[in-house]
Amino acid sequence: MTSTASYSIVVESKPSAVTSVFQQIQARLVDHNFGKDDIFAVHLTLEEAFLNAVKHGNKMDPSKKVKVEYSIDADKIEISITDQGSGFQPEAVDDPRFGENLFKPGGRGLLLMNSYMDMVKFNQQGNSVSMVRYKEKPYLKKMPDQ
Amino acid sequence: MTTIQPNIGVEYAENATIVSFTDEKILEEKDINSLQESIMSVIEQTERINLILDFSNVKFLSSAVLGLLIRISKRIYEHEGRLRLCNIDPKIYEIFKITRLTKTFDIYKNVESAVKDLS
Repeated sequence: MTSTASYSIVVESKPSAVTSVFQQIQARLVDHNFGKDDIFAVHLTLEEAFLNAVKHGNKMDPSKKVKVEYSIDADKIEISITDQGSGFQPEAVDDPRFGENLFKPGGRGLLLMNSYMDMVKFNQQGNSVSMVRYKEKPYLKKMPDQ
Repeated sequence: MTTIQPNIGVEYAENATIVSFTDEKILEEKDINSLQESIMSVIEQTERINLILDFSNVKFLSSAVLGLLIRISKRIYEHEGRLRLCNIDPKIYEIFKITRLTKTFDIYKNVESAVKDLS
């Protein structure tokens, strides 16, 4: 399977709405032979990005929507999540790994998105994030002779 | 074991209270709030509690759960108790490593080793 398939979903801006979105994406990841590590990574980042959109972007306003667009092929999945908020500056978010931030309850979602995806990019307004994950290659037990 | 609806089981061993998460996935905000309420209630019931959180059933969690663990840790500290985590799935342990929470929490392989450390 080499062709790229693209999809677009608009859902209610509430945390539980991510469940059906992930189920749909998961089925397509399985169809394209993505492994468990890839599925775990996509699940985690989708949860984090979607919750950011609902809570920080749309400020829990149930009248707003979240748009999820994704495309998938044999090698990678690209996901973008857009909310209807005014946006934020990702570079202004403190690194949660150091100093007193380590003991703060929040602020780890962006770090996890950056850690589990191969590329994470926000638009200029800061209300849309695009993420790419390349398929994990199988671990080769035996390296070829030098 | 006492089961507190809907998310935790509570057991007692030597001088420790063992709280196990019963859900495989911990994601929904309402579930996290419910967990917080249940676990804080357990903490309040025992003076200077030695609490072990058993993750053996948990296969997936989001960063919101890490926030919950920080709040639990602070409450236990305020009560001069001790907190240990155990039976964390390797994929979830990776999340702890990435966020450097392995520097904050005492994480043990299983309940037995956590109990031993607290005795």
